Amino acid sequence: MADEKHNHESLNGETLVSIAPAKDTPATKLDLSDVRNKLAGHNGRRYWQSLEELSEEPGFDAMMQREFPRQASEWLDPVSRRGFLKLMSASLALAGLSACTKQPEESIVPYVQQPEELIPGKPIYYASVRPTAFGAQPILVETQMFRPTKVEGNPDHVFGKGSADAYTQASILDLYDPDRLQNVTKVGNTHTWSDFNGEMRDAALGDKSSGGAGIRFLTETVISPTVADQFKNVLKSYPQAKWYQYEAVNRDSARAASRQVFGQYVDAQYQLENADVIVSLDADFLSGGTFPGFLKLASDYAKKRKLEDEKAGMSRMYVVESQMTTTGGKAEHRLPLTASHIEMFASALASSVGAGGGGTLNNPDANNFLKTVAADLQANRGKCVVIPGEQQSPAVHALAAAMNSTLGNVGKTVVYTDTVEIVPTEQVAGLKELVADMNAGKVKLLVVIGGNPVYDAPADLKFLDAYEKVPLRAHITSNVNETSRHSHWNAPLAHYMECWSDARSYDGTVSIQQPTIEPLYGGKGYFELLAVFTEATGTTAYDGVRAYWQAQKKGTDFEAAWKKALHDGFIAGTAFTPKTVTAKSAPASTLQGNSAMEVVFRPDPTIYDGRFNNNGWLQELPKQVTKLTWDNAAMVSPKTAADNKLQDQYVAKINVNGVEIKAPVKVTPGHPDNSITLTLGYGRDFTGRVGTGTGYNAYVARTSTNPNVAFASSVQGTDEKIRLAVTQYQYPIEAGKNEGQTEEGRAMEERAIIREASLDEFRKNPDFANEGLLERESKDVTLYPNWTEDPTKVGMHQWGMAIDLNSCVGCNACVMACVAENNIAVVGKEQVLAGRAMHWIRIDTYFSSNGSFGGDVANPRAFFQPIPCQQCENAPCEPVCPVGATVHSTEGLNDMVYNRCVGTRYCSNNCPYKVRRFNFLLFSDWDTQSLYPLRNPDVTVRSRGVMEKCTYCVQRINAAKIKAEKRDGQLDPNGKPYDGRVREEDNLQTACQQTCPTDAIVFGNVADPNSRVSKIKAQSRNYALLGELNTRPRTTSIAEVRNPNPQLQPKQTETHG
Amino acid sequence: MPPFFPPSANNYARTSIIFLIVAISALGLTAYKLQSSPWVTREGIRPEQPVPFSHQHHVSGLGIDCRFCHTSVETSGFAGIPPTKTCMNCHSMIWTNAPLLEPVRASFKDDKSLVWTRVHDLPDYVYFSHEIHINKGIGCKSCHGPIDEMPLTYMNVSLQMEWCLDCHRDTKKNLRPREEVFNMTYKQPSRWDPVVFNGKKFFDQDLLGEEIQKTYHIKSGYELTTCDTCHR
Repeated sequence: MADEKHNHESLNGETLVSIAPAKDTPATKLDLSDVRNKLAGHNGRRYWQSLEELSEEPGFDAMMQREFPRQASEWLDPVSRRGFLKLMSASLALAGLSACTKQPEESIVPYVQQPEELIPGKPIYYASVRPTAFGAQPILVETQMFRPTKVEGNPDHVFGKGSADAYTQASILDLYDPDRLQNVTKVGNTHTWSDFNGEMRDAALGDKSSGGAGIRFLTETVISPTVADQFKNVLKSYPQAKWYQYEAVNRDSARAASRQVFGQYVDAQYQLENADVIVSLDADFLSGGTFPGFLKLASDYAKKRKLEDEKAGMSRMYVVESQMTTTGGKAEHRLPLTASHIEMFASALASSVGAGGGGTLNNPDANNFLKTVAADLQANRGKCVVIPGEQQSPAVHALAAAMNSTLGNVGKTVVYTDTVEIVPTEQVAGLKELVADMNAGKVKLLVVIGGNPVYDAPADLKFLDAYEKVPLRAHITSNVNETSRHSHWNAPLAHYMECWSDARSYDGTVSIQQPTIEPLYGGKGYFELLAVFTEATGTTAYDGVRAYWQAQKKGTDFEAAWKKALHDGFIAGTAFTPKTVTAKSAPASTLQGNSAMEVVFRPDPTIYDGRFNNNGWLQELPKQVTKLTWDNAAMVSPKTAADNKLQDQYVAKINVNGVEIKAPVKVTPGHPDNSITLTLGYGRDFTGRVGTGTGYNAYVARTSTNPNVAFASSVQGTDEKIRLAVTQYQYPIEAGKNEGQTEEGRAMEERAIIREASLDEFRKNPDFANEGLLERESKDVTLYPNWTEDPTKVGMHQWGMAIDLNSCVGCNACVMACVAENNIAVVGKEQVLAGRAMHWIRIDTYFSSNGSFGGDVANPRAFFQPIPCQQCENAPCEPVCPVGATVHSTEGLNDMVYNRCVGTRYCSNNCPYKVRRFNFLLFSDWDTQSLYPLRNPDVTVRSRGVMEKCTYCVQRINAAKIKAEKRDGQLDPNGKPYDGRVREEDNLQTACQQTCPTDAIVFGNVADPNSRVSKIKAQSRNYALLGELNTRPRTTSIAEVRNPNPQLQPKQTETHG
Repeated sequence: MPPFFPPSANNYARTSIIFLIVAISALGLTAYKLQSSPWVTREGIRPEQPVPFSHQHHVSGLGIDCRFCHTSVETSGFAGIPPTKTCMNCHSMIWTNAPLLEPVRASFKDDKSLVWTRVHDLPDYVYFSHEIHINKGIGCKSCHGPIDEMPLTYMNVSLQMEWCLDCHRDTKKNLRPREEVFNMTYKQPSRWDPVVFNGKKFFDQDLLGEEIQKTYHIKSGYELTTCDTCHR
C-alpha cells in the first residue's frame, strides 16, 4: 500500500506527522527536512493551515480536491449497503405520502394569571453576572417566556462592554445539562434538603463546644462579597472551623509574588490602551477566559491596532511563550522558549533594563531577541508593559513587577488594586494544610461546595486517601463527579442562573447575580447552603444579598439604588481604586535550566480545568491553534517529535513525576523544542454522557510543589493510534493550486486569502491589500442577471459585514455565540472526524513561515480569519440548487430555506468558501427533554438531510426591521421622522459581532454611507476573499498590518508582497 | 399457428396507455386536492375545546374589542391567548354557576392552565408576526374571516403558503386604514360607500390600497415574497 511505501521512503528522514487515513486517500507522512527544502524554494510569503498542506504531498492535494475532504459524504454507518437499499426503497414508497400527512394537532396553554411584564413572543433581558475565579462576567440573559435561552455581555457595564468569552456563551448549556445532579442523596439513597440540613446542623452543633475544630469548608474561589461576609459569620460561630478555597487553575504564582514583592495580595490590572510596547512572558492573555481580565485586555489591545485613522500609531507586541497560543500568533515578534527558560529570560531581561535579575542566555537568537526587547522597553518608558503568565513561577511575576516599576509603568500601563477574590489565598498551600488535617484525623465534617478536588488536586497530596478518612463528607455539586462519588452526601448546587448572589468583576465593579429561572432540580446556592451554619437559618439568598448591600449603602434611598443596580447590572462606583504599593526586592530565581524534556500543564482552551467536560458545545469547539476537538493531546514541536520518534496522532508514553501518561501526540508548529504541553480537564473517571471517554488525565502527574512545570524522565512513541478530530484542514479554501502556475503567480494567488503588510509598507502603500491583483473583480463579468441593478428588486437595507483581521485574536467567542443563537447541533467526535461539524462560523488559522518580517516552520506567525457565510452577491450556490432552496433576498442575504431543501448538496460543492454545513444525520437532539427550553424559538431546529448556513442572524434582522417599520412616520428625539429604516442607533448586531471582545466583526447596512460598516469597508485595507472569482461577497476582510521592529527583521531581502 | 395476440390487442394496448395517463393524472390531481383539502389544512373545522367559547357572543353580542383578550397582538408576533384570569374578571360576576364554565373556574381554583386546541396553526418553519400585519393595515378579518360571527372558532382559510403569497404579492387588495384594523364591521370601499383616508374619499379598493401602500411604506410584492420574510 501507498502507506507503507511512504513509511519506507521517510525512514531516513525525520518522520513527523501522519494524517488520519481517509478511506481512499493514501496516508501521508511528513518529514521536516523535506518541508524545509520545499520552503527554501519559495521566496514569496507562504500561508498554510497545517504541516500536511505544507508538505505538498500528492495524497493530501488529492484529498483536498474532493467535494468534501475526508469522508464527509461517505456512508459510514454500520448498516450494510443491502440494508440501506431496503430502507431506501421503503422510504421511497412512503415518500409520496409525506405530502399528505397532516400536521399534528397542537395545543395552546395560556397562563392562569399572566405575569404583567411578559409579552408572549418577545424576549425579556435580565442583567446578571457569571461568576468565575477571575472575576464576574457581566451578562444579559435573554429569556423567552422566562426560560433563559442566550447569554450576552452587558453593554452598559464598563468591563467587557457587551462582549463575552466562549465559556460564558457556552455556560447556558450547563444549566440544561441532562446529567446534572437532580436529588439530594446520602450514599445513593434519595433524601430531602431538610434531611441534609438537619444532619449538617447536628454535626456542626455537636462540634460547637470545641469551636467547630472538626469542621472544614472547601469551596471554589469566592468572588461574592455577601458569601465572603457570610463565611466570616460562620467562622465567628465556629472560630476553630476553617475555610479553604481551591481551584486547579489558580493564581498561586501571582499571589506568592505579590506577597513577596509588595507584602500584600494585590491584582495587577494592565491598561493596554496606554501601552505602545507589550511584552508577554508566557502570558496568553488574548486566548479567552483562561486569563484574568481577558475581555478588557483583548478590547484594549485591539483599540491600539484598528488603524481606522491611518495616521494613528500601533502598539507592538513581543511574546515569549512555552506553547503556540493566539497571543503568540498575534505578536509582532515571538520567541518560543520552554517554560523553565522563560524564567531565565525574564531574569536576563530584568537585568538588561536595570530591574534586578541577572544571568544571560546561551541561545544567540534568544539573546538577540532579548536585547531588542530591552532596547524597545527602555525607549518606551511609561508606555510599555510586561505581563507575566499565570502558569509561570512566582519569580517571573516578581521580575515583571520589578520591570514595570523600573520602567515607570506603574500608574500608567499597570495599576495595582485589591484582589478580585474577597479573601485571597495561596490555594495549593491551603489544600496541603487541609490534607494534613484530614490525615491527622482532625476533620470530622468536610463540606465541599462546587469543585472536584478528588480529580484535580495535585497528585502528590493523595487527596482521596485523606478525604476518605473524614467521617462525614458532603459535596454540593452541579454534576456528579469523582468527588461526589466519594462523599456521603451529595446535593445539587444551583447554576448561577438559578440563585441570587453578587460578584465582583476583575476591575472590582460589583454586580448582583439575578436568577432567571427557578432551580430546575431544587439546587441551592452558596448563601442558602451556608445559612445552615449561621444563626440566620431561613433567610433567602435574595434577602441576604439585599441586606448585605443595604448595610453597605451610605445614602438613604436604598430602594432606588437597589433597583438601579439590578436594572443596570452593576453598582456604579464600586470599581477598585488603584493602590500605591511599594516593591521590595524581587526574590532570586529558583528554577535552574534543565536539559530534560519539559512537561507543561495548562488549562484546556475549551474545557478549562475539567468543569466543562460534559459541555458538548465546548467539547466540539475547535481549540485555538491546534483546532482539536473532543480530546486533549500532547503538543510537541516538529523537531521534538522527530528527535523522539513521536508521530502525530500516535500515543506517546510520557514518564513524569513517577507516573506514565499515555497521550496522543499533536505536532504543533511554533511549539518550543524539548517541551511537551499537556492540557487539563480530560480523562475523567466519572462524568456525564458527553465527556465520558474523552482524552487522558494530566492531573495524575501534577505535583503541589510545581503544578505547572515538570520534567519527564522518558518519552516514548508507540504504535497505538488515536484518531484526533482536528478541523484545521477540513474546510480548505482553494486558491492558487492551479497547475502550471509560476511561483510568483502562486504567491500572488495565495496572498488573496490573507493579505498583510508591515506598518511601514502600509504607510508607503495604503492600497497594498488590493494592489496587483488580477483585474477580474469586475461587476460586468457575470452569467447571471445582476439583481442589484434592478431598482424594483433592491430592498432599503443592504446587509454587509467587515471582519478586521488586525483585531481578531482567534478567541472562539464568536463560534460559541453562533452555536447558542442558531441552535447549532453537536455532532460528536466520529462525525467531526468525518468532516461533519456544524459550526456556521469557523476561525481559519493560517501560519506563515516566510515573509518580509520573519517566521519559520519552527516559529511561524499565525493569522486568524473568522469565516461565516460570505453572502456573495453572485452566489455560486444559488444557481445550482434544483429546488430553489437557497435564493437571494432583496437585502443581499443569501437565504437558506430549510423546508425546501432536499439535500442534493450541490450548493456546498459549489461554494468556494466552504461555509455550508450539511445535516447528514439527525444531529439535533430531539429526545432530551431538558434541552427543549434552551433553543432559540426564532430559529428553526433543523432536521436531517438539510443544508444549513449563516444568514447574518436573519431572525435578529427581521426583529429589528419590524421594530423600525412600526415606528414609521413617528418623530425621533431629534424631531426627524423615522422612515421605516433600521438605523445605526438601533444597535442591530449579529450574535458573533455582539460577543466579540475586540470588535473585530462589524455588521450593518452598507447602503447607508454613514453606517459604521460602510466606513470600515471604505478603508483601503478592505478586500474581498477570493474576489477574483467575482462572487462579490458582502462579508469582506480588513487586511492585517503589523508593526515589526526593524532590528529583528530577517537578514534576507524580500521582494514580494 | 394463430397469432398469439389477436388484432384487438392493439386496441387494448392503446386504451391501456391512455388509461394509464388518465390514472396517473387523476392520482396526481387527487394528491394535490387532498393536500389542500380541509382534511389536511383543517380549514373550516371546529375542533373540540375545553369550553365552547363563542367569539360571536363576545364580539358581536357584547362588543368586546379583540385586544381585550389578545393583548399582545399589536406588540408581538404572537397575539396572546387570554389567561384564565381574564375570563374570571367577568365570570366571577356573571354566569358564575354556568355548568359550561366549570373548566374555567376549575382552572382558576386549581391554578392549572386550560388546554385549548390550536385552530390557526402554522408549521414550525414559518415565522409569522401579528404585530407587523396589524401595524401595516391588515384587518383581523382578512385572515381570520368573520370571526365575529363564529359561535365556535374555525379557520376560514387554508393558511397554506399559496394563500399567504396571494396577498404578499399584491397587498393592496387587503389594506385598510390602521384605525379600522380591529373594526369587525368595516367594509371595503365601494361606489356607494366610500372610505376616508388621508382626508380623501376613496370609492375603490385598488386606489385606496395604493394610497395606503404609499403612506405606510409597504414594500413591493417582490420584496415581501423574499424567502426570509417568513422562513429562517
